Amino acid sequence: MSQLSTTAKRAGWRFASSLPALFGVLVFTFLLMRVLPGDPAVFFASGPSAGKEEIEMIRQQMGLDKPVPEQLVRYLGDIGSGNLGRSLTTGQPVLADLKSRLPASLELTFMALLIALLTAIPLGVAAALRQGSWIDHVVRFICALGVCVPTFVSGLLLIYAFYYLLGIAPDPTGRVDIFTSQPPLVTGFLLIDFAVAGDWEGWRAAASQLVLPAFTMALFVVAPLARITRAAMLASLGSDFVRTARSLGLPPRKVIVTYALRNALLPVLTIAGIVFSTMLGANVLVEKVFSWPGVASYALDALLASDYAPVQGFVLLMASIFVVVNLTVDVLYGIADPRVSVE
Amino acid sequence: MTMAEGGPLLAIEDLHVTFSTRRGLVEAVRGVSFSVAAGETLGVVGESGSGKSVTAFAVTRLLDASGRVSQGRIRFGGEDITKASSKQLRALHGAAISMIFQNPRGALNPIRTVGQQIADALSAHERISAGEGRARALDLLKAVLIRDPEQRLDAYPHELSGGMCQRVMIAMAIACAPKLLIADEPTTGLDVTTQKTVMDLLSKITAERGMAMILITHDLGLASRYCQRVCVMEQGKVVEEAQPLSLFSAPQHAYTRRLVAASPTATSTIADLAPETLSPHPEEAASAAVSKDAPAISESPGASFETRSSIAPQDEGSGETEKRKRPSGTPLLLEVQNLVKRYDRGVVAVNDVSFLIRAGESLGLVGESGSGKSTISRLVCRLIDASEGEILFDGQAIGTLPARDFHRSPLRKDIQIVFQDPTDSLNPRFNAFDCIAHPLRRLLGMKDGAALTARVSECAERAGLPSGLLERFPHQLSGGQKARVGIARAIACRPRLLILDEPTAALDVSVQAVILQLLDRLRREDDLALLFVSHDLNVVRMMCERTVVMQNGAIVEQGESLALFGAPQTDYARTLLEAVLHLGGPTAR
Repeated sequence: MSQLSTTAKRAGWRFASSLPALFGVLVFTFLLMRVLPGDPAVFFASGPSAGKEEIEMIRQQMGLDKPVPEQLVRYLGDIGSGNLGRSLTTGQPVLADLKSRLPASLELTFMALLIALLTAIPLGVAAALRQGSWIDHVVRFICALGVCVPTFVSGLLLIYAFYYLLGIAPDPTGRVDIFTSQPPLVTGFLLIDFAVAGDWEGWRAAASQLVLPAFTMALFVVAPLARITRAAMLASLGSDFVRTARSLGLPPRKVIVTYALRNALLPVLTIAGIVFSTMLGANVLVEKVFSWPGVASYALDALLASDYAPVQGFVLLMASIFVVVNLTVDVLYGIADPRVSVE
Repeated sequence: MTMAEGGPLLAIEDLHVTFSTRRGLVEAVRGVSFSVAAGETLGVVGESGSGKSVTAFAVTRLLDASGRVSQGRIRFGGEDITKASSKQLRALHGAAISMIFQNPRGALNPIRTVGQQIADALSAHERISAGEGRARALDLLKAVLIRDPEQRLDAYPHELSGGMCQRVMIAMAIACAPKLLIADEPTTGLDVTTQKTVMDLLSKITAERGMAMILITHDLGLASRYCQRVCVMEQGKVVEEAQPLSLFSAPQHAYTRRLVAASPTATSTIADLAPETLSPHPEEAASAAVSKDAPAISESPGASFETRSSIAPQDEGSGETEKRKRPSGTPLLLEVQNLVKRYDRGVVAVNDVSFLIRAGESLGLVGESGSGKSTISRLVCRLIDASEGEILFDGQAIGTLPARDFHRSPLRKDIQIVFQDPTDSLNPRFNAFDCIAHPLRRLLGMKDGAALTARVSECAERAGLPSGLLERFPHQLSGGQKARVGIARAIACRPRLLILDEPTAALDVSVQAVILQLLDRLRREDDLALLFVSHDLNVVRMMCERTVVMQNGAIVEQGESLALFGAPQTDYARTLLEAVLHLGGPTAR
């Protein structure tokens, strides 16, 4: 019980201490958007022939004629009331856009992380157990390959092989093919929503759409995860407590899994948190290649259109997710490692 | 396993163990033979690098991947186990032979409760249910006399003290009733009173259960107190084997004689420990000349021993400390008044401590871990700030200046410190020369040039560091050489007060003997005042004119060392002194 309360206290403290950083991100992106080249008022004027008055009117509508500090205060007030502004390209409120697109990105990222962990941890463990053997070298090669091939290249290669050549993957556009009807919205995660609706046909369709982009993303992050698993595993295999376990004649499986691996997973957990946040923001290339309707491609489109509000909303979203992920990792770490909660 | 009737439980015959390293094969154990009878306790003593731990790990076949038994036999219960398969070994481990390690906290899995780990040890050799495992783990915790065993079952290792962790380790080791227990430095790093309780427990358990024990230790006192027979190892060989009484009262081999001499006893003086050799030791000098990248394994004053009897009592040696009673007019150098150090959450590390050090005097600070002695050394050295109280150095209040600005004070060079860990206290990217020159550059503003080089060489020479070693980096030096670099650095600015925080705790006894002599000589030459922090009471008694005994952050007793050690006034000081082991064992006293 006391461990639960200390964990909760620590999580609360961490959350509170990250609020100033969130505020800083807010102000920074706001200012950044204002110094970027390109005038949104010009961009959204009815056409190249639009007169000065029309542009001026749009500017007034958008509040761009006010001094920057006032714009900032208004912006902060809006965010406080949950209004992230309206996207000029989609015409929808940014909050609604992000809400509808975030599940797509999250589902893809979670799946990719899951695949990456399921691949990287066994690889890392195998490499550590047979250090210097051919397995170790093969793992190193796979990691190098994963890092050096850019995601859009590996994504296109996978599409070429599995869609074009072999024909086993579905058309790489979007989350479901056009013949499948969307499930009733529950969580926004298609795999869950289809399962809730009991539509297993649709579930298979969504899953098969997800496989290629998820593998593409996973390929990119297998390397750091496998390397950290290997290093942590080597350290814990060489530790005194593993030697103790051996000296007591514990079965090899128990020594490797319960004693060595469980300790080695602690640093992996930290890295997985970082990798997750990075993936979520950096998967814009994958989303583009697979026409995935996620938040990253949405933000990129908005940026190219000098559409400030979605970009600010996206950055704020990413910062919040980063905070939440860190918090989660922290709590998990506190549960996994009893030493942390003491401090 | 059939036991040959009457034969020894364990017989090691001509054991050789080699390690493959980057510099080729290194033979760590070179033809060791000894045997242990059922129920017997055998001591294996030697200094670091003597191969005693490697021998133990060869018996349990837990050597690193790079090490292997290259020759010889290890018979357990009559059967050679050097060729045993990993499956056979697993059956032996824990059930027939088990081990206890140094650093008990590290030897336990940090993220598994103590109860689970003991149950793991049980279920490795028996099929038992979870409930049964828990019940038997509780019985074992009771057997190792842990307080509140029910609550300890669910505790994690970091929640237990070092002594308690070692008890848990013992519980795991005896869980499946092995016939042989190998204890590798089981009490190194534990407080002297904890050492006593843990060793008493071990000897009680082995006696009750008829287990044989091999006690591996660098501490001759420990071996003589608890073992029936002792093997002395040096450089991978057993050089002498005898009963403790005859071994320590009449050592036959030169190495044993030197080891016995170097071990501080209740009556020895600094000069007794080893012949004082001025600056470089033959072997240190030799190692400097030979292998540039190989850290010297042995540090022993080796060859010089043979001439020891002829040098005999040196004039400035014996009784030096007692002779130099400070006349009462000697000016005060350091005055500590009502010092308090509080940490967050109400932890009081130092509670209302006052003491004096006169110019050229040496004051010992003793106590168990957590008594606040290291905190005091850092406070006096002005590395951390006190919460309350005054520190007067030479009449000036230095406690008021924040620790982070103290390096600008002209008094910084007058107060220097030698740290406990000779390795971690040296910058790994600085060679010995730069380490020693650093304070000269920073505090005295000396520029590179002949003057600096001369000063560094002089300091190195005074600390007994051969000039050939000045170009080396810390990892290329042995433990004793690193300690010398640390001392040379501390005396470089010619301080008036030298703080020594367990300066020899990480060193072998023979090296400790030489370093202690060096410190004593430096003190006399420079009229240096010492604040000597140590857990080793014998060392403090030899080195210090006055001693302060601390417990839980407060001073429990202070006075002249002779009087204090002869007739301690408080119970705590008496308990501490009684826990000190003396050579020759109980029978010899």
